[in-house]
Amino acid sequence: MSILINKDSRVVTQGITGKTGMFHTHHSIAYANGKNCYVAGVTPKKGGQEVEGVPVFDSVAEAKAATNCNVSVIYVPPPFAAAAIDEAVDAEMEVVICITEGIPVKDMIRTRDRMKGSSTILVGPNCPGVITPEEIKIGIMPGYIHMKGRIGVVSRSGTLTYEVVDQLSKLGLGQSTCVGIGGDPVNGLKHLDVMKMFNDDPDTDGVVMCGEIGGTDEEECAAWIADNMTKPVVGFIAGVTAPPGKRMGHAGAIISGGKGTADEKIAALEAAGVSVTRNPSDMGKLMAEALQR
Amino acid sequence: MKIHEYQGKEILREYGVAVPNGKACFSVDEAVAAAESIGGSKWVVKAQIHAGGRGKGGGVKLADSIDEVRSLADEILGMTLVTHQTGPEGKEVKRLLVEEGAPIKDELYLGLVVDRATQRVTLMASSEGGTEIETVAEETPELIHKVSVDPKTGLTDDEARDLAIKIGIPQELAAEAGKLMQALYQAFWDKDCSLAEINPLIVTDDGRVVALDAKINFDESAMYRHPELQELRDLDEEDPDEIAASEFGLNYISLDGTIGCLVNGAGLAMATMDIIKLYGASPANFLDVGGGATTEQVTEAFKIMLKNSNLKAILVNIFGGIMRCDVIAEGLVNAAREVDLSVPLVVRLEGTNVEQGRQILADSGIAVISATTMADAAEKVAAAAAGA
Repeated sequence: MSILINKDSRVVTQGITGKTGMFHTHHSIAYANGKNCYVAGVTPKKGGQEVEGVPVFDSVAEAKAATNCNVSVIYVPPPFAAAAIDEAVDAEMEVVICITEGIPVKDMIRTRDRMKGSSTILVGPNCPGVITPEEIKIGIMPGYIHMKGRIGVVSRSGTLTYEVVDQLSKLGLGQSTCVGIGGDPVNGLKHLDVMKMFNDDPDTDGVVMCGEIGGTDEEECAAWIADNMTKPVVGFIAGVTAPPGKRMGHAGAIISGGKGTADEKIAALEAAGVSVTRNPSDMGKLMAEALQR
Repeated sequence: MKIHEYQGKEILREYGVAVPNGKACFSVDEAVAAAESIGGSKWVVKAQIHAGGRGKGGGVKLADSIDEVRSLADEILGMTLVTHQTGPEGKEVKRLLVEEGAPIKDELYLGLVVDRATQRVTLMASSEGGTEIETVAEETPELIHKVSVDPKTGLTDDEARDLAIKIGIPQELAAEAGKLMQALYQAFWDKDCSLAEINPLIVTDDGRVVALDAKINFDESAMYRHPELQELRDLDEEDPDEIAASEFGLNYISLDGTIGCLVNGAGLAMATMDIIKLYGASPANFLDVGGGATTEQVTEAFKIMLKNSNLKAILVNIFGGIMRCDVIAEGLVNAAREVDLSVPLVVRLEGTNVEQGRQILADSGIAVISATTMADAAEKVAAAAAGA
């Protein structure tokens, strides 16, 4: 088992004819069951073509009618990316994973408002994607560092996720699913949502959670963990040394009005019984120790 | 992106928000001419820098005569204004705003931000204007009233009026104040703002509601559709190194430590800064080279870091994913040759083709201290900086 995606997922790639879409489709198809999972691509006005052997359609609705796809991944440029999410939601995709970085916040406010009442799950935007190791990779992460196993990973950042996955794999701790939720302030799944999924997944034994400064998502997740989580959780919060008022790369990574500091988040997680390390080199080791207890 | 108060007020004026009559000035003569054309008997001379806290720092002064406008303009223009937001080095004042003095009866607060929790724009209002709103939020949170605005309808008449009453605006002025709030929201929405703050919003002795200050920031991601706002950018207010870095697709922020860091990815870059601190040193910058890390980018990043006279060592931490470590190592070697590194360089590579990457560094003849884990890298860079 796993969460969100597995070998039976049927993926449509929005923006498949662009350079980024084409490149990552190539690598995703090459990973595990990718060949069977990547069933369709979408680029408006380019229907009828093929990319990496995948048929291209003009719209997600057409792709769904022809291939029964149920998961979308989006590599559409920022000015059109929110509309691409809307299209996938309207076509009732079960999961939409938006990789695109730099979508205007206003566009995401509109898109999230439109999604009210929809059962579609959005991951991202501005995220590396989701991978269920040795089954399916949807996104831009390097597949080979992952290993099938029973640890869930949830993170707001891309390369920091690779760092923790690499540590886990080197310790022999494989992963059930790794979810990059992205660094934007208005997005889909939050730490809390993914944590609940991992808690319910019988094949996940523990979770590593990488947060960062900005917002209060980690605090909200911590409050839920305190009362509900039945599995060990290990945490790391990036940005202890980040000064207030400076945006650290991610649109959401900013300490403003004294809120969203790393220290507050670390305190909230520790109070909830999460093993938090201040040393990003120790995330894997800490998970191994937590599983021993 | 940030803009000046006077630019913010021009935008608000376009949307029908009442602001004091005023003019931006770049010289003492312009300031005097502005005061004369505005008329009246009281003026305010306000330093225009992007940082807040200008009043406390001595950058906002009242004048009772044209002569006083002249002497205050002379005093403030060119002064180095130090506020809690400028850092100890302060900021040179190059622009002024000269405005008519307003007869203040009451000082209130209005602020618009994007709220992550509700995923909507939130309008905050308080009767406690003129002070640090953070202090109000902490000590008397019940005095901050909020409306979460539905993006489909915008701020409604009723919501705006209710909010006006809640912050103590007299009944007879509530409709006018409500209209001002709606105009402010519309400006925020249309212009893709990330922050709009009016502190203070005032009620005057003669019964008007006026925005006495305006702090407006824009969402960088939306700037492609606002060429009219791009023109408002004041490069004098930005860190020249940060501007240079952005031209090469580098996300750079200068800090006050001694260890330069070059990392791919924002989260990993922050984590690298943190682990440097953990090992007893402190980061000189945040620098995210993004997913690519080309020779050109790395060269430019080295150049920018080396300009910093506090720099004692550089730590490169790259997790090669799609971008292979051997390619990154080639780039590092070329860049290091081009810039003539004057401080110790610690490199930690991990990921795709890491062995080849490390071999390239070892064979290059460049003095590179190679590290395996992040902890190893942080320990080595701290030691190198201490020995330098």
